[in-house]
Amino acid sequence: MDFDKIAASLHPLERSVLPFLKQDIGLNELVEKTRLSEIEVLRALQWLENKKTLKLIKEEKNIVQLDENGKKYIIQGLPEKQLLGFLLYREFTIKELKERTHLDDDEINFSIGILKKKEAININDKEVSITDYGKDLASKITDEERIMKSLPKDMSEFSKDELEILKGLQRRKKMVVVETKKKFFVKLSKIGEELSKKKIKQEFIENLTRDIVKEGTWKKQEFRRYDVKAFVPSINYGRRHFVNQAVRYVKRIWLDMGFKEMSGTNVQSSFWNFDALFVPQDHPARDLQDTFFIKNPEYANLPRKEILENVKKMHEKGGFGSEGWKYQWDEKTARKNVLRTHTTALSAITLASLNQNELPLKFFNVGKVYRNETMDYSHLFEFYQTEGIVIGDVNFRHLLGYLKEFFKKMGFEKARFRPGFFPYTSLSTEVEVFHPIRKKWIELGGAGILRPEVVIPLMGKDAKVLAWGLGLERIITPYYDINDLREIYNNDLKKIKKSKIWLK
Amino acid sequence: MPVVNLNRKTFEKIVGRKLSQEKLAERMAMLGTDVNEINEKEIIVEVFPDRPDLLSEQGFARAFATFIQAEKGLKKYHVKKSSYKLIVDQSVEEVRPFTVCCVVKNLKLDDEKIREIIQIQEKLHVTYGRNRKKAAIGIYPLEKIKWPITYLAKKPSDIFFKPLGSKFPMNAKDILLKNPAGIKYKYLLDNYRRYPVFIDSENRILSMPPIINSEETGRIDEKTKEVFIEVSGFDFDVLSICLNIVATALSDMKGDIYQVDVKYGNKFTSTPNFSEKTMNIDLNYVNKILGLSLIEKDMKKYLEMMGYGYNNKKVLIPCYRSDIIHQIDLAKDIAIAYGYENFKEEIPKIDTIGYEDRFENFKEKIAGILIGFGLMETNSYNLIGKQEQLEKMKIDSEVVEISNSNEEFNTLRHWMIPSLLKVLSNNKHNEYPQKIFEIGNCYGIGKSETNVDEFSELGIMISHNKADFTEAKQILDSLLGLFGFEYSVEESDHKSFIAGRCAKIIVNGKEIAFLGEINPEIIVNFNLEMPASGLELNLTELFKLVE
Repeated sequence: MDFDKIAASLHPLERSVLPFLKQDIGLNELVEKTRLSEIEVLRALQWLENKKTLKLIKEEKNIVQLDENGKKYIIQGLPEKQLLGFLLYREFTIKELKERTHLDDDEINFSIGILKKKEAININDKEVSITDYGKDLASKITDEERIMKSLPKDMSEFSKDELEILKGLQRRKKMVVVETKKKFFVKLSKIGEELSKKKIKQEFIENLTRDIVKEGTWKKQEFRRYDVKAFVPSINYGRRHFVNQAVRYVKRIWLDMGFKEMSGTNVQSSFWNFDALFVPQDHPARDLQDTFFIKNPEYANLPRKEILENVKKMHEKGGFGSEGWKYQWDEKTARKNVLRTHTTALSAITLASLNQNELPLKFFNVGKVYRNETMDYSHLFEFYQTEGIVIGDVNFRHLLGYLKEFFKKMGFEKARFRPGFFPYTSLSTEVEVFHPIRKKWIELGGAGILRPEVVIPLMGKDAKVLAWGLGLERIITPYYDINDLREIYNNDLKKIKKSKIWLK
Repeated sequence: MPVVNLNRKTFEKIVGRKLSQEKLAERMAMLGTDVNEINEKEIIVEVFPDRPDLLSEQGFARAFATFIQAEKGLKKYHVKKSSYKLIVDQSVEEVRPFTVCCVVKNLKLDDEKIREIIQIQEKLHVTYGRNRKKAAIGIYPLEKIKWPITYLAKKPSDIFFKPLGSKFPMNAKDILLKNPAGIKYKYLLDNYRRYPVFIDSENRILSMPPIINSEETGRIDEKTKEVFIEVSGFDFDVLSICLNIVATALSDMKGDIYQVDVKYGNKFTSTPNFSEKTMNIDLNYVNKILGLSLIEKDMKKYLEMMGYGYNNKKVLIPCYRSDIIHQIDLAKDIAIAYGYENFKEEIPKIDTIGYEDRFENFKEKIAGILIGFGLMETNSYNLIGKQEQLEKMKIDSEVVEISNSNEEFNTLRHWMIPSLLKVLSNNKHNEYPQKIFEIGNCYGIGKSETNVDEFSELGIMISHNKADFTEAKQILDSLLGLFGFEYSVEESDHKSFIAGRCAKIIVNGKEIAFLGEINPEIIVNFNLEMPASGLELNLTELFKLVE
């Protein structure tokens, strides 16, 4: 950068610091001389460093200081010294020593340990006595004391032996403390040296203001040049949660394909969640281990009699070409409230209430569903499903067609279908897509053609109904590089803020 | 779904054709099972619950052999005549009314075969038998039994035998209290006055179904060559299928199956019954639902690949299949034989118009506005701890409770602010100010089909060192201003807020929102330090006003 450009791009803070710059000057001195705050000087120096006029050198010093107990003992004498003092006169038991010295248990035990190791004392049957070496030691200044008296001191000034002793002191309770002190000083470059000597007289426009515009000052004066590479802090902005961005997109896919949105409640009677879908009442999916049941209010009201009777009859006796499940259907079991285990409950309600003169019809929903699962990296107890039904002159190939298109729009070019099983569909399929990054097939949802035993009781006649209920989280996690499903709903605001933008 | 470990050698021997590892895995998947692992020794698969007949090496191999066309069509099984008789006493009617049974001879059991038999029994118990409730299977060495057998119910105090694996005889009550199987299945008998037992003509107890066999008459080992098998439960048809699954598998182990005449009242019924069920099939129906144009010959081929027989628009359904209750189930199997991978996907030309739900759209709009206000959107669970949404918030209210969830998630939230405070307490490490919102479902007790009132609420939470009432009110004022409403503000004494710093918002006489500075006690309850102000707005009500 040429010299004039640098001069023209100096921030007022830099200009205040500049006249005081000299080789090896420290931060403290600069703060004093410029009368700026430390943070302002530091900022100015960093900007100057970006302009290659100087290098800001950071030096760290570890200063060893006396801590709380250290300060106390330097006056009273170290605990081990205090003990020796007592023992010079006679033998004591440890208990007696404790009473006399008023030292805490830790310190007593520690000191006795040290003294024993140094062979300054003997312990015989709990009686502690002093040795000759101990007597000698009692009147001497110990290494520990010598070091403590020399504090505060820079760690780098300690000899190897001293460091060993220091280590011993550090292990003791609140004897010494090491404080890290940072020191900054300046190394000027050639340009820097030149710049600091030069007087920059010219005044630059700092912020363009309304007055400057109005008065025309800008015609006579130059603008200070900015460092366009300078770091700027991030702004505080609002964003949609990344799951909701994806939900929005999923809705758009169905809307684009001509589907109408269904809406419904999360709490459903077992009737809509299971019975209407021809799930027999002793089916394991209806166990406490799989489904959340509502304690209060425990029971729902049942729908209109006609539907109820139709469903009951289908379970008990079948009809319309079906054998049914052949068992006694219980109304009370059907009344039990549950958290819906699939959005297909909503499709059942829709089938029971649609206007048959309007066929063909297509419906979709994106909503929360619930399973009594233990949460782990691949299981959630509350998650989204996207549901779709198509009622009309449709067949199995159409089902696969819609699914393939949906997954293509979700970013999976390759989808394949395996036979699957669900109690309410026949011609059921599990969809697998090729994970472009992990390079393997992953299972992403189930679909099928609703059984006549589901459709006939609800619609009063047989109709072909394609249906799917696809778990959403597993479909979108590859895009967000999330490997643990639990991360999705822990609502880390930083992650929501920085999450990858949903570009589809 | 039940996981089955199949012995690969046995499996391949029955199939009669060896496939490469990949081909094997691929074909199994396309037959409709999840393949977990295939190694030299074992094939580990998950079987769909509609196919209990695939729960054994023999059953799976039989289905697989026809599927890969190593075999063709219906496999015939035969029952040999015998004079074995079993009498069902009327006393079992109230507790476990039915049983079906058979005798198998000529078995050459070894450890591996015994393992296979026990696996079939156990897997059937868990799945088709609904943990022995619907069907329980007992297997006994034939040599120990003196015919005829009687199936009857006795008072628990009159039942005394040595349960399998035990050293001492016990009475029935003690078996339910002390024996591991007794403890596990106690609930299946607990409510009955009398318990069912099988006894032989010398009055020896063979077993107490569905709990446990007797040690003396109910243990099979590698010396066993002939067995008696019974299945007990509540539905004759269910039990027959269950017995057929076991018996056909044993027949595939080269055992000979013998009939047993079961006497109900004055009537004798001969079991097992291996005759096929027939079902009419309409080629048109099949083609229509599959979107194919198969001819009868194709359909026959595909049905045979799935183990069926076909003759003149009639399908013969093997005696071990429980899942074929409608023509659609045959269409499904034809599709599997045809191969899902061979279907050409197609989007039908159905002209329908897409409509977004108006309320969903309304909520989207609100979210968009709030993003413009600089708020960050969160997404929390609808399930929340009762303590979190009530006690910690210093309020009491009736909420919708879950019977079987842990304390952390035992209710449905009836308002949003507790969820948002939870979010804040998870974000103490992140920078402030934190301004968040969430639109979510809330729940109360109310008048509806489910007796639960579900509605949408908007929650907003502002947290930083100077977060106050004004900031919350500004947001509300700006938001409602966009709809052109007149609203009135009244002081409110909501315990979750600082007294004198909480307001409720009324539009057309209806309270639709409240806001204020969060009570410091609550800030502490959520482990927070930073001041916070919050707003709760009922969007369902707001939408009604807008409409």
